Amino acid sequence: MRVNLTINGQPRGDEIEPRLLLVHYLREVAGLTGTHVGCETTLCGACTVLLDGKAVKSCTVLAAQADGASVTTVEGLAKDGKFHPIQEGFWEEHGLQCGYCTPGMMMAAVDLLNRTTNPGEDEIRHALEGNLCRCTGYQHIIKAVQYAAEKMRATAGR
Amino acid sequence: MFPSQFEYHRAASIKDALDLLKQFGDDAKLLSGGHSLIPMMKLRLAQPAHLIDVTKIAELRAISESHGKIVIGAAATHDTVANSDLVRAKLGLLAEAAAAIGDVQVRNRGTIGGSLTHADPAADYPATALALEAEIKLDRDGGSRAVKAADFFLDLMTTAIQPGELLTQVAFAPIPSGTGYAYLKYPHPASGFAIVGVAAIAALDRSGKFANLRVGVTGLGPKAFRATAVEAALAGKAADAATIAAAASKTADGVDALGDIHASSEYRSELARVYARRAIQAAVARAKA
Repeated sequence: MRVNLTINGQPRGDEIEPRLLLVHYLREVAGLTGTHVGCETTLCGACTVLLDGKAVKSCTVLAAQADGASVTTVEGLAKDGKFHPIQEGFWEEHGLQCGYCTPGMMMAAVDLLNRTTNPGEDEIRHALEGNLCRCTGYQHIIKAVQYAAEKMRATAGR
Repeated sequence: MFPSQFEYHRAASIKDALDLLKQFGDDAKLLSGGHSLIPMMKLRLAQPAHLIDVTKIAELRAISESHGKIVIGAAATHDTVANSDLVRAKLGLLAEAAAAIGDVQVRNRGTIGGSLTHADPAADYPATALALEAEIKLDRDGGSRAVKAADFFLDLMTTAIQPGELLTQVAFAPIPSGTGYAYLKYPHPASGFAIVGVAAIAALDRSGKFANLRVGVTGLGPKAFRATAVEAALAGKAADAATIAAAASKTADGVDALGDIHASSEYRSELARVYARRAIQAAVARAKA
């Protein structure tokens, strides 16, 4: 079957098997390996991407279901060679160690920051409940999101 | 992990979906958010030859108010329900339960119709649908019928839906102002599923006694159920802590409690008693005498 969608602003279309999962489509067909395969059971969040602006676990979405949609992966965060505030936050606040969960963690954080640029710590923790990290103990990830939120507020207020 | 092969069909309308269901019969499964079905297909627990995707049917996604009822389309996501101004204003219990489902990624995909149809014994919506006395609309070729939530859940992952039927909408009476409600659950730390969850709706009379109480319980038994023994024990009684605690101790009576590696049946039963007490107390605290 054919799917037509937009990935990181670029339209594309491909012939696919109906059973192809979105995460495998992104990695193996579109060649965007920034989205990671983790648990494959909708628990760990490593495969999180934005589907029409909302965070989803792409291991539990068929590529067929993304037909006509706009997908944003971690590769689509930086603009004009400049980091997205969430990427800057993870860099500045040491929000990662091994980095495996990081793309999914950032995409889930972007869903939150699209809803509010003034989240409390509880809101950040609630928004990241679907993403597991085995390295950091989460503290630096929370700080990274707070950094991004502050940066986005400052930019918006300018 | 990937599913076995199937043919994918995108339904453009309810009629289209029903026609496809009729054509493929038992070989077909309906797909919406896919957050119960796709995991089952990846484990090959389900291997349908045909998937009928109903997600793009606009009328299945709508939330509206009609004839004094709040009507929620089967394909409305948990996130849509949790953030709907109409649902938050008139069905606060449902909005709170929707916000407590899984995690944000799951809420962005999972749907109310899918959750009710799947009838997972640990799902959050069934307890809420029972406490709110939801009416579930099932369409079939040439007609439709409404099933009360109390008659909908039959057993473990088994509902009153018949072959050829499509769950199209769920209707709720608005919660009257002054009525208190709460949904409390003990979530599984990884999945967010309810090990036990209790939805309570309480209305008090002028003297502070129960005028109305409905309690839905999920997670404890093979299907969600109304804790009628608890409701009966509190009918017309004072809404004080000791009376509520005594009544809540009946929550697990006569229930064939589930036990697994996460919680033994004894522990689940105790959790149900504790969460019923807390949910009823929380509902009472929000109710106006």
